[in-house]
Amino acid sequence: MTGNTVLDTLKVATDTLSHTVAKQSDSGWILHHVMDGKTIDFAPFGEFHIPQLPTLFGIDITPTKHVFFMWLSAILLIVIMVFVARSYKKSLIPKKFSNFFEIMIVFVRDEIAKPTIGVGYEKFTPYLLTAFFFILFGNFLGLLPYSSTFTSNIGITATLAAFTFMMTQFSGMRQNGFFGYWKGLVPHGIPIWLLPLMIPVEFLGLLTKPFALAIRLFANMVAGHTVILALIGLIFFMKTIFVAPVSIGFALFIYLLEILVALIQAYIFTMLSSLFIGMAVHQDH
Amino acid sequence: MDLAHLAAGIGAGLTVIGGGLGIGKLASSAMEASGRQPEAAGAIRTSMIIAAALIEGMSFFGLVICILLALKA
Repeated sequence: MTGNTVLDTLKVATDTLSHTVAKQSDSGWILHHVMDGKTIDFAPFGEFHIPQLPTLFGIDITPTKHVFFMWLSAILLIVIMVFVARSYKKSLIPKKFSNFFEIMIVFVRDEIAKPTIGVGYEKFTPYLLTAFFFILFGNFLGLLPYSSTFTSNIGITATLAAFTFMMTQFSGMRQNGFFGYWKGLVPHGIPIWLLPLMIPVEFLGLLTKPFALAIRLFANMVAGHTVILALIGLIFFMKTIFVAPVSIGFALFIYLLEILVALIQAYIFTMLSSLFIGMAVHQDH
Repeated sequence: MDLAHLAAGIGAGLTVIGGGLGIGKLASSAMEASGRQPEAAGAIRTSMIIAAALIEGMSFFGLVICILLALKA
């Protein structure tokens, strides 16, 4: 899968989606709310159009809705984590707020990093904790009113998956040596006539795993918000208010499910990342 | 006659069948295992939720392709 086909696929996807949004067809408004855009709308109070910045080297760098919420999540993460880290200076027994985060941090370290990476897991816990909390805050921020989920942007999830990919390759090469890592990809002790099959298979397996990571997070977030919007939009589509109790009831149920999915998807992304890092670092397992 | 919309509909149905079958099989063996050994029910429930999320991820691949097909032109 060359870089060209990946870029072409992404371009076709975004072109199709933006064309549907622009056409304002029956379902265009759903995608308008889920996909990226340059307006942040506060529904009864009007909209806020993000001002257009001049293009830098031919790339449009105006921040969009998802970028704003990504910055908000990053600032929230930095502020909260610095506060939690500082609260340990006086005593190792955490107070209520730090205790809440200590539970999650110890969970990521003991249930995700240690079993999957094994020896030498301390080097990777900063990255795994950052990924976990960044995705968690992003997913939860998207559930608040008037906000948008920035993890429902394929560009952002592809970047996170690319970070995991780079972490696995570099840590694998650092641990096993540059050529030792690539030699260790194919299993030990297989007959030599199987090698022309195993090498492309292993190579493709390296590339499909981050691809699956990106698409899993992206599709889960988009699907959840689309279902809620479609259920609420059923009231306007049927043009009757009597469908409202059923519609809002279902939408509330899906909303609670979305809270669970937000937690689970952050956990799954972090666990699969640490699994890939563990498989790259300890190749004999 | 727009074959893309028909393909999207059939594809979405098949995706749901696949995901439903997979998660149903997973849930049935989880129930059976918790029935056999009720002390392990907590660990079984955790692993069941993780496996369900992964299987659901597979069905979302199909969903994304169906959405792309349905919105084409």
